[in-house]
Amino acid sequence: MTEALKIDRLTKQFGLKTAVDNVSFIAKKGEVLGFLGPNGAGKSTTMKMVVGFLSPTSGTASVCGHDIIRNPLEVKRTVGYLPEGAPAYPDMTPYGFLKFIASIRGFRGSEKTDRVEHVINITRIEDVARQPIETLSKGYKRRVGLAQSLIHDPAVLILDEPTDGLDPNQKQVVRELIKSMASEKCIVISTHILEEVDAVCTRAMIIASGKVVADGSPEELKSQSGAGDLDEVFRKVTNNA
Amino acid sequence: MRYLERSRIMRNVGLIFIREFQAYFSTPLAYIFIVIFLMLAGLLTFFMGSYLERDQADLVPFFEFHPWLYLFLVPALSMRLWAEERKQGTIELFLTLPITMGHAVVGKFLAAWTFSITALCLTFPFWITVNYLGKPDNGVIFASYLGSALMAGSYLAIGSMLSATTKNQIIAFVLTTAVCFLFTLAGSSVVLDFFSAWAPSEFVQAVGNFGFLPHFQSIQRGVIDLRDLFFFASIIVISLTANALIIDWRKAT
Ligand SMILES: Nc1ncnc2c1ncn2[C@@H]1O[C@H](COP(=O)(O)OP(=O)(O)O)[C@@H](O)[C@H]1O
Ligand SMILES: [Mg+2]
Repeated sequence: MTEALKIDRLTKQFGLKTAVDNVSFIAKKGEVLGFLGPNGAGKSTTMKMVVGFLSPTSGTASVCGHDIIRNPLEVKRTVGYLPEGAPAYPDMTPYGFLKFIASIRGFRGSEKTDRVEHVINITRIEDVARQPIETLSKGYKRRVGLAQSLIHDPAVLILDEPTDGLDPNQKQVVRELIKSMASEKCIVISTHILEEVDAVCTRAMIIASGKVVADGSPEELKSQSGAGDLDEVFRKVTNNA
Repeated sequence: MRYLERSRIMRNVGLIFIREFQAYFSTPLAYIFIVIFLMLAGLLTFFMGSYLERDQADLVPFFEFHPWLYLFLVPALSMRLWAEERKQGTIELFLTLPITMGHAVVGKFLAAWTFSITALCLTFPFWITVNYLGKPDNGVIFASYLGSALMAGSYLAIGSMLSATTKNQIIAFVLTTAVCFLFTLAGSSVVLDFFSAWAPSEFVQAVGNFGFLPHFQSIQRGVIDLRDLFFFASIIVISLTANALIIDWRKAT
C-alpha cells in the first residue's frame, strides 16, 4: 500500500532565506501528526508545498502516491486543506460557499446537498449557515474552513492551526471532530499550542528553522525531558536549532 | 477520456464564472457601475457629441466616447479580480482546489467581461431612439457594439493582469488606467503627429498599430476586418497568459 503522505527532502528558499530545509518523513493512515514549532519555523510553508500552493525549491512530496510536482491536480483532488486563518469569501454564506466548493470538487445534485449538509452538521455551523461569512465570529469562520476541507471526505487532511484563536469550548469541538476522523485518515495539524499534542496527536514532530528537530509519539518526546514535560523538550530542541 | 477532460474544464470555468459574476452583485459596485456607465454615456453623447443637432440617424458620437469612458470604469471592475483574493488570503484556498490556473484566470475574466457587456447591452434605448428618429445602418451599429465589447475585453484583460501584481485594489485601478491610457493614446492623432514630425514612418505605423483607437474606429465604421479582431484577441490572450504567470510568481507574497 502507498503511504498516505510522503515528504522527500522538501526544501523551500525565499531569496536567501531557507524556510524549509531538507525535510523528509512519512505519515500513514490512522496517524494524527502534530506539526509543532515556534512562529516562522516553516510549518505553513511545508504545508503549502504539499497542497500545491507553493512549488518547492528542491525535493518533492506525494499524497496517496500522487507526486506534487508531476500530478498537482490529482493531489488537490485527494487532500483536504485548511489554510492558516481559514480564509473564505466574506460575501458568501457558509451554505453557498460550501456548495461552491462541493461543485468544484465534482459533486452534483442530491449528493452535493447531502455532503454540504453533512459537513455543516459535523462542524456544528447550522446556526450560521445562511448568514454572510463576514458576519461570523472567528470560531465559526474557522469551522467553516474546516467544513470546506472535509467536503470530499479526503484521505489526507492538512490543517494549518485549526484551533488558533478559538475559545476552550470551540477548541473542544474541533478536537473531538479530529479524533473522530483519526482512524480513517492521515491528518497533519500544525500548532504552536503544546497541549494540542496531548489532546489529539498520535505523533509529534517539532520543527525549528525549517529542520525537523524531534519526531516521535508524545510519550517518547516527553521522556526526553527529565520531568516528562513537553514544554521543556520544546524549549530545549528549538533553542539549539 | 478526452471528452471527459473537456467537460470538466467547461464545468470548472463555468463554476468560477458564476461565483465571480455573483460576487459583483454582492456589493453595490455592480449597480453603481451600471448607473454611472449609462448616465455618462448619455450625458457625453447628448451634450458633447451633439447627438440630436447632428441631424443624422447613427450612434457615432455615442460610441466615440466609449474608449474614454472605459478608461475609468473598466479598471473598477478588474481591480478586485486578483488583488482582493490576495488580500483576503482566499487565493490560497482558491488555487488549492482541483482547478488549473487556466480555469481560474479565464473564469474570472469571463465574469468581468460578461458584466461589462451586460452594462453595454443596457444602452439599447439609444439604439431604439435612433431607429425611432430615422433610418440608421443597423449593421454599422452592431459592428460598433462588437468593437466596444472587444475594447472593454482588452481593458479588462490588462486590468486582470495588473490586479494580480498587488494586494491593493487602488493600486490595481491606477495602474490599469495608466496602462490602458497609453494603449488608447498610442493610436490617437496627437501621438501620431508628435512622432511623424521626426520619426520614420514605419515607426509611426508600428506605434499606431498598437493603439486601440484605430482598430476600434475601423470596426466602428462597420468594417469587421479580421486583423482588428485578431488585434483585440491577441491583447486579451497575451494579457491573460501574463496574468497566469504573474500569479504563479507573486501568489506567495
Ligand atoms: N512568501 C514569503 N516570502 C518570504 N519569506 C517567507 C514567505 N513565506 C514565509 N516566509 C518566511 O519563511 C519562514 C517560515 O514561515 P512559515 O512557514 O509561515 O512559518 P510557521 O508557519 O512555522 O510559523 C519565516 O521566516 C517566514 O518569514
Ligand atoms: Mg504558520
